[in-house]
Amino acid sequence: MHDYWQTLALTLRLAALTTLILLVIGTALAYWLAYSRSWLKPVTEALVGLPLVLPPTVLGFYLLLAFSPDTGLGRFLIDTLGVRLSFTFTGVLVGSLLYSLPFMVQPLQAGFERLPPALAEAAATLGKSRLTTLWRVLLPNCRPALLSGIVLTFAHTIGEFGVVLMIGGNIAGQTRVASIAIYDAVESQHYAQANAYALVLVALSLILLLILAALTRRRPNRAA
Amino acid sequence: MLDLYLVKALHSAAGPATLDVRLTIGPGEFVALYGPSGAGKTTLLRLLAGLTRPDAGYLRVGEQTWYDGPQRQWRRPEQRSIGYVFQDYALFPNMTVRQNLTFALTSHRDAAIVAELLALTELEQLAHRYPAQLSGGQQQRVALARALARRPRLLLLDEPLSAVDNPTRLRLQQMLAEAHQRFELTTIMVSHDPAEVYTLAGRVLELDLGRVIRDGQPVPPLTQSNGLELTATVVEVLSDGREVRLVAGATTLVVPVPAGQTYQPGQVVTLTAAAWGIKPPQT
Repeated sequence: MHDYWQTLALTLRLAALTTLILLVIGTALAYWLAYSRSWLKPVTEALVGLPLVLPPTVLGFYLLLAFSPDTGLGRFLIDTLGVRLSFTFTGVLVGSLLYSLPFMVQPLQAGFERLPPALAEAAATLGKSRLTTLWRVLLPNCRPALLSGIVLTFAHTIGEFGVVLMIGGNIAGQTRVASIAIYDAVESQHYAQANAYALVLVALSLILLLILAALTRRRPNRAA
Repeated sequence: MLDLYLVKALHSAAGPATLDVRLTIGPGEFVALYGPSGAGKTTLLRLLAGLTRPDAGYLRVGEQTWYDGPQRQWRRPEQRSIGYVFQDYALFPNMTVRQNLTFALTSHRDAAIVAELLALTELEQLAHRYPAQLSGGQQQRVALARALARRPRLLLLDEPLSAVDNPTRLRLQQMLAEAHQRFELTTIMVSHDPAEVYTLAGRVLELDLGRVIRDGQPVPPLTQSNGLELTATVVEVLSDGREVRLVAGATTLVVPVPAGQTYQPGQVVTLTAAAWGIKPPQT
């Protein structure tokens, strides 16, 4: 029973941390992608979208190689920074951040691009910096995009399997998230336990999507 | 107050052209930018605001240099003391009328001006509403009040009155004239409407294809002085002879040519009401 709650708590912690960090990184990246005319933009867009089309095991495999003490990056991380990423929670978190990046960036970028350009221009003519404009004008006016980014990232991280398995393995309290525990339980024919995890995931995902639908419903008075 | 020489490539419906304008505008002037669409009026306004970057030239306002091509000087729009009223108002949908105005303030000490502007534009009763709950004319007043909240020296208006009905337009014209006086503004307004130009502006710059073709006093609107017939000069043949560009007084018109007729630049023609065409009424 202790294991059960530990695994669920770990799953939620991973999803919450991933969402929180991606909220900051994703907003910055989406803002840049929406307004940049640099040649780097299409390249970055392709890289951000890569986790959508790649099997998670591919991403997990390369991250595992990168984090391993046998490679240059892995050595650097362990020797210089003292960070061990393979088979640790931090490693799984880094994997999740990369894997869920498009789920935060793409809705937000689309949200920024849908806003009339005159909104940001109006704020500039009123003497507002780009950061103030982003915070006070752009983000509040793409609330639906922001909410879908948050909910999708959270839900997607909860449902993640391949990346975690590759980088994290199945260490209780460290890297064993619910989706791994389900696989593990089914492997050892503990169907009741698998069901206990699976039901929670179904319920949680459904609730999240319902919240999203309720929050992004168009309100006639405030709709722009 | 303004001393400028600005060059910018235009990509209008009439094909590529170059905006090439050399001007000085004194403090307190109310200048109308007038001319056909694609002439570069809005582009010139955006260059003054810093929303579009010129290709070459300079722009000096008072003692400040806002742009200098050769010296690579450039002031971003947020560093210029301007008020800008956008054609589609660009009010912030997430803020009430009052919040739209207070957002524009540089510091909270200036809060008194918000009440003054709400009174000037008669928006006190609507201060708690969101832009989506306002009519076009009301949104226009908010846009004007917001543009004035920072007490800019230069007010730039992009066809401020094009989308409102006639009685509303007259009220807004009064408000504009009053604001221009009270806040000692230098005002530059893009307009299509000769009557509006005549009512508000002390000076008209007529633009066509990126050049100033007339700079002077506004003349009374033609329709009042000349009934339904105008004498006009053909300046250009367009669309392989299917249209001509005519100049009549301060007005430039593009008019379709009757079938089987050919015209040459320089010809003087009489334009009748039948040749004007009419657009469907605005709803």
